[in-house]
Amino acid sequence: MKRRHIEEKIVKTLMVLSFCLVGGSLGFILITVIVKGLPALTLAMLTQTPKGGFYLGKEGGILNAIVGSLYLAGGGTLIAMIFSLPMALYLQTYGQRSIWSNYVRISLDVLWGIPSIVYGAFGFTIMLALGMRASLLGGILVLALLELPIMTRAMDEVIRLVPRELEQAAYALGATQLESALHVVVRQMLPGIVTAILLAFGRGIGDAASVLFVAGYTDRLPTSLLRPVASLPLAVFFQLGTPFPEVRARAYASALVLTFIILGVSLCSRWISGRLGKFTIK
Amino acid sequence: MDAHIQVRNLNAHYGNSHALKDVNLEIPRGQITVIMGPSGCGKTTLLKTFNRFLELNDDTKLTGQVLIDGQDIYSPGVDVTEIRKRTGLLAQRPFPLPMSIYDNVAYGLRIHSMCKKRELDGKVRHYLESAGLWTEVKDRLHAPASGLSIGQQQRLCLARGLAIEPEILLGDEPTSALDPISAQHIEQRLLELKQEYTIVMVTHILRQARRLADYVIFMYLGEVVEAGPAHEVFEHPKQERTCAYLEGQF
Repeated sequence: MKRRHIEEKIVKTLMVLSFCLVGGSLGFILITVIVKGLPALTLAMLTQTPKGGFYLGKEGGILNAIVGSLYLAGGGTLIAMIFSLPMALYLQTYGQRSIWSNYVRISLDVLWGIPSIVYGAFGFTIMLALGMRASLLGGILVLALLELPIMTRAMDEVIRLVPRELEQAAYALGATQLESALHVVVRQMLPGIVTAILLAFGRGIGDAASVLFVAGYTDRLPTSLLRPVASLPLAVFFQLGTPFPEVRARAYASALVLTFIILGVSLCSRWISGRLGKFTIK
Repeated sequence: MDAHIQVRNLNAHYGNSHALKDVNLEIPRGQITVIMGPSGCGKTTLLKTFNRFLELNDDTKLTGQVLIDGQDIYSPGVDVTEIRKRTGLLAQRPFPLPMSIYDNVAYGLRIHSMCKKRELDGKVRHYLESAGLWTEVKDRLHAPASGLSIGQQQRLCLARGLAIEPEILLGDEPTSALDPISAQHIEQRLLELKQEYTIVMVTHILRQARRLADYVIFMYLGEVVEAGPAHEVFEHPKQERTCAYLEGQF
């Protein structure tokens, strides 16, 4: 066999191996969570808040954490979105040629790399200075900060793919830059933008460290922006740390719920992207 | 000659390269003017100065004047979107907007608030008919424009361009990406449309230039070598370089 054919074989084998590694890890995680968590996943787990003695293995559920996590990540994603979309559009349409937009990109990349515990600590410091307590609002704001760089850079990359000619087609009709950005660029890239938003949502809902200080934890359902709120990652964390096997099984059940939420969000995003991509120009 | 577009001492630079050299021209109203010449001679650059598209590129510099109906389109205070509304563009490759066939045509009408909502259907139909596309799409007006063939897409782009009611139609090798039959369709449309519009198109296909042109501009290396009525330039070129080009020497 010639050398180039051998090279081809080696590279192909490496690709298959790396796929197995990724696919295998995902499968292994899912199996672990399902095997250990499914038996403990009762209806009560999903529909009740912790009762007295819940953390010792008695009655109750994690509804507080499910609702809390959805509120936190939903709010954070919404706020991040309000800033991300204009920023990404600015970077690609108006600021395309400026050095300034390069600095913005570098800053965002650095922010992306900062560990989430640092965001948490940063938020906590500010809240202390303002005299605020751990609260849903604090958690939402810190998650928005955490998600902002991810969402903006993901949208930025997606919008970069819009052919220049498509924008120019709108300009040729007398559209302004804003009209071209909103009517043409956003429409063309809607599937990608939705994916970027849900990617950030997934990151936000799964993060424990950033909400640890700023959102706190509570056994009640969230009723006010200014009260502490529970979250699923922390529910997993607290339950896993107990010596009782029933409670540890519930930790896996909570992890299973979180995994299913993220899985559901991913599937939703695929479906929505497919629907929205109907008008996309290829 | 009734000049619709006048170009005076126009010079364009891309970075260090001098793309248009001291261009002076008059483009007649209500005729098809063809800009021809070998590739890289500045045809497209010249065309792009008529709708101020040149400034969309990085690092370009333009001096001189372009007058449409006597108004300098580069003078400060001129609204660039207004200029582009007066000049429809057919690009080399059709790029429909990411919306339905109907919305593509209605888009320009909507952003310029050019007609009332109930008149919209009629207008869309009218311009699709002018572009010769109506019969092919009348049953799927709300289907995505991306589902059309390339030739149909180019006619959709023509309809979309006509809908903003321009005075001038610019074509940048509008048939170069099309199959021969679709190209013929477009040429046919242009011949019909010259009654109402001033058409300026760039081509490097000599036979196409002969078929369509009423007025011809021959460019070479950024300069206008010769310009005049088509029959004169084709039958009795005054410049040696025009002769050489028409005989296919470069």
